[in-house]
Amino acid sequence: MTPAAEAVGVTREYQLGGVEVPALRGVSVTIPPGDHVAILGPSGSGKSTLMHLLGGLDRPTSGVLRIAGRDIRELGATELARLRNRTIGFVFQSFHLLPRTTAVDNVALPLVYAGVRAGDRRRRAEELLDRVGLHHRLRHRPNQLSGGEQQRVAIARALVTGPSLLLADEPTGNLDSATGADVLDLLEELNQESGVAVVVVTHEREVAARAARQIRMRDGLVVS
Amino acid sequence: MRFAEAWRVALDALRANRLRSGLTMLGVVIGVAAVVVLVAIGTGAKQEVESQVQGLGSNLLLVVPGKVSFGNAPTVSPMSMADVEAVSRVAGGRDRLTATLSSGETVRAGVNSKFTSVLGVLETTPTVFTRALAQGSYVSRSDVDTGRRVAVLGYAVAQKLFGDRDPVGLQMDVAGVRFRVVGVFAKLGQSLGVDRDDEVHIPITAMQRLLGTSRVDALAINAADPGRIDALSTQVVGELTHRHPGTEFSAVTQDQILGVLGKVLGVLTGVLAAIAGISLLVGGVGVSNIMLVSVRERTREIGLRKAVGARPRDITVQFLIEAVLLTTIGGLSGLGLGIAAAYLVAALSPVPAAITWWAIALAFGVSAAVGIVFGVVPAQRAGRLDPVIALRTE
Repeated sequence: MTPAAEAVGVTREYQLGGVEVPALRGVSVTIPPGDHVAILGPSGSGKSTLMHLLGGLDRPTSGVLRIAGRDIRELGATELARLRNRTIGFVFQSFHLLPRTTAVDNVALPLVYAGVRAGDRRRRAEELLDRVGLHHRLRHRPNQLSGGEQQRVAIARALVTGPSLLLADEPTGNLDSATGADVLDLLEELNQESGVAVVVVTHEREVAARAARQIRMRDGLVVS
Repeated sequence: MRFAEAWRVALDALRANRLRSGLTMLGVVIGVAAVVVLVAIGTGAKQEVESQVQGLGSNLLLVVPGKVSFGNAPTVSPMSMADVEAVSRVAGGRDRLTATLSSGETVRAGVNSKFTSVLGVLETTPTVFTRALAQGSYVSRSDVDTGRRVAVLGYAVAQKLFGDRDPVGLQMDVAGVRFRVVGVFAKLGQSLGVDRDDEVHIPITAMQRLLGTSRVDALAINAADPGRIDALSTQVVGELTHRHPGTEFSAVTQDQILGVLGKVLGVLTGVLAAIAGISLLVGGVGVSNIMLVSVRERTREIGLRKAVGARPRDITVQFLIEAVLLTTIGGLSGLGLGIAAAYLVAALSPVPAAITWWAIALAFGVSAAVGIVFGVVPAQRAGRLDPVIALRTE
């Protein structure tokens, strides 16, 4: 089966004040379909950079990166945007919901760029909000929701286009431990129910321990 | 569908920053209003002048010695009454032409006096030019033949010298010489700040005696056949040149006058519009500036939209629509303001104003174009943002 995402000997360097700073120094990972994996590492280990690459938000300096079997070197900005839209869902530490926009419209946003009609967008977004337990919060705006609720909206948004890979960057970082545990429960449920591959990026061992397997990183390399 | 989303987002962004959007629009509002008002005034002035030149009479041919052009000093005319006779034969009779000799003189009746334009004329003037009398009669053929000292007053002159009294039959002085008033012109009013009622007509022969000359300044011919006006022009100039070898004569038709005046006023309107256009340009720079701020403020939102699948083009279009919305809303408001201001100017001053459909289309089209031109750089910058960096922005 085609992996949801696959990196082979990937490096990524950034220009910082004219100096080349390596963030990844040759990383190979494979995320099979339906996987549940945690990428664990301290700050600056390159785990976020790896997540951005696996999600097609960024391109490697060298090495091969395939998302849903497609080598992203062969894709232009527009095709890469489409690939992100159809096959990847992102969940961020700070939720990244649009302000002044209802939960339904936030969840429906990826469908706008998928070219789905307004009525269908709304129906699908309501289904997803119902699935994450927010059927009573459809018309609420982010500032009317608790942190846990906001993250659930973000998770619903990540899944609305039916992606094969969900990437969560410190999804519990802005939540208290009880709420964070609920969010991790939800991710686990979704992984088991719908078969979406879930990758959780974190620096917390307890969070990483919830995943089926762990990829540990340090100084831009996978250590185990 | 994406387009609809872009409209919704743009409107939402403008609403969220009402004061800022309003102030940015104000630059465009003022620019468009200035263009509309100035073009309206320029066009109105042009239409006014054209209608007045046409009102002078149809099929008119004006003949003067020398060359007709701006900046040339008037030539002292070598023409005399004998030339008038000769040209009247070419033009098809004395009824078809008139001659003038004019000068600025002081006129007086009792204690009232006024400096005005005194025209020596033939009795045919009211038929060659279209002029109506309010009272009395015009200068007659025998008045011209005998050099009788009679005068026809413009409305303003009659008001100044005689007030509400009927001046017909009363005495007055022209440059210290006694004349009898025989008629008063109907009121014409002001045009472009010039009082057209400020003149006195006397027989050309009396004018010649007054100035101690036998010359005639200019001829005006009412062509019998408008189709032959150019041929007639050549004939008249030929006759005069034959009679005065070595002197140049010019004949201009009404169409030529209209052409020259139209060109001058057209250029004037263009210059006014260009000056107003500069303020529109400044408004556009304001739009550009505020769009850059808007892009910077919403960097995180752009990053998120890209993460969930927005193409660079989707983001660019979204910000471009926002810019065009700013300028077209501003443009429409400016249009309304400009039209209102033009009517106000027309109502409160002698300057006429004409709103033309092309000025409206131009103002609206230009304001939309300003949005595109000044919005495209910020919008492209937004479209090209690196999503990773954009998401990290606080």
